[in-house]
Amino acid sequence: MSILKEQDVVPFRNRVKEYAVKTGMGIVNQTKLITAASELVRNMLLYAKGGIALIEVVSRGRENGIRLTFADKGPGIADIKLALKDGYSSGKSLGLGLPGAKRLVSEFDIQSQVGKGTTVTIIKWKNG
Amino acid sequence: MKNESIKVFQRKKKNILELWMTNQLADQGLREDLMSNEDLRAQSEELVSAFIDTLDDVTINDGRATAFEKVLDILSGISISRAKQGYSPRETGIFVLSLKDALQQVLRDEIKDVAVLYDQSQKISKIIDSFSIETFETFIKGREEVILRQTDEISEISTPVIRVWDNIVALPIIGTLDSARTQVVMESLLQEIVETGSNIAILDISGVPTVDSLVAQHLIKTVSATRLMGAECIISGIRPEIAQTVVHLGIDLTNIITKSTLASALKAAFAMQQLEVVKRQRQNNMVVNN
Amino acid sequence: MEKIPILRMGRFLLVTIQVDLYDRLAENLESDLVHMVRKTGARGVLIDISAVSIIDSFMGRILGNIAMMTKVLDAETVVVGMQPAVAITLIELGLPLKGVHSALNVERGMELLRSKIALQDGESQDDDIYHSIE
Repeated sequence: MSILKEQDVVPFRNRVKEYAVKTGMGIVNQTKLITAASELVRNMLLYAKGGIALIEVVSRGRENGIRLTFADKGPGIADIKLALKDGYSSGKSLGLGLPGAKRLVSEFDIQSQVGKGTTVTIIKWKNG
Repeated sequence: MKNESIKVFQRKKKNILELWMTNQLADQGLREDLMSNEDLRAQSEELVSAFIDTLDDVTINDGRATAFEKVLDILSGISISRAKQGYSPRETGIFVLSLKDALQQVLRDEIKDVAVLYDQSQKISKIIDSFSIETFETFIKGREEVILRQTDEISEISTPVIRVWDNIVALPIIGTLDSARTQVVMESLLQEIVETGSNIAILDISGVPTVDSLVAQHLIKTVSATRLMGAECIISGIRPEIAQTVVHLGIDLTNIITKSTLASALKAAFAMQQLEVVKRQRQNNMVVNN
Repeated sequence: MEKIPILRMGRFLLVTIQVDLYDRLAENLESDLVHMVRKTGARGVLIDISAVSIIDSFMGRILGNIAMMTKVLDAETVVVGMQPAVAITLIELGLPLKGVHSALNVERGMELLRSKIALQDGESQDDDIYHSIE
């Protein structure tokens, strides 16, 4: 799914919810996942003027989960460690986007190259 | 030409089963309390025939061949059910390994050429070994399922939210508070707050053995979430040792209403609700005046 | 252009958010509310979010902004009816919505507003005097 304008955010969140419901995820974990997704999509719009978001159902042993991948071709992040710190923001937000999203999901991975773009992958396990 | 031992096995199917049964019955670990001899026999017979029917010139060299799927299905069925019935790994292992003895005994009786006998028994040995590995894997899986189910049950029964008064709910926490548990606690507490419309929640931690900074963080989170919903949260049941560790660890609980006992927490809750508990003059009943 | 309706109830304004807000809608709500408070001289704002399933940091900031802005205009903001899952998520996100008052439901929110206003204006001033001023 491509995210190019802010009106895409709500439909995207609904799609994530559909998938989460399908895996049988509880309401709290659903909410955490969707909130994290919302933060990351917003980042993508804010810093990279949009990008691609991918929703997948994954499983590990008997655990099911949802994997979301957000890829953009934006300016990239020079210092990922700094970007993951609470309260740090290069924009004018609260600086909770990345670290907050990380706290809400089970697995979090970020790859970024300055000038090339950023890819964030998150996984939320059904019971995680 | 068909492999020597396959011919032997097919001919001696009955003998093998008998031998195997004898081996199993002779073992000290036989669990007649868990399974009757008839059931054991039926299980063994099914396995022996599936195994011998699958054996051919190809499969005899490869215990992991896909042709053994049926045998493995039966095996895993047996080991999962044994795991659930409470068999020990040893008992389950002996079930499979004693089949090896039976097979080799038959081979020894039937094959006179020592070289052939060695070769054949080596092959059988390998196959059965690979079966027993499979058995252990599924046995452990069966155990894991049991553990998972119990974990779910424990987390469910360990978070009872109690309505102690109109608009006051209490939740006694017993045991350690990790992040998974905190989520369950928070969820059931907040849900109950919504359902009962309570605006005061009491979190009693008398049953929490230790409070380290992580547990304290979880408690603070629960209190913050309760406040976000628009209710107040009191933490009660703080033992002196816990008060000590909290201070030593430098954990700031000053923003949280804490009480040493559930009774004093309830008193505080009554005060917040402008309720008063008074003793009646004539009778000894307690009444509450609004 | 979609809009979130703002209802006036005596000295209070009531906003019920029924849809998932996208950014512009939320920003409009912020400015509409602030203007309404100014126009009506309302003393309290109730925002009912019982139908909201997601509050991310952006929405959280909007709510915080509304609370601070109305405060400057001498009105208290109370957020009512937050879903348990939303509350847990906000805490995990690290967003405790400082400065925003909350209540379980609209009724409790009204009570809270009344008591806050009474406290500010002094205990002597009761509702009747208030109505005559309005």
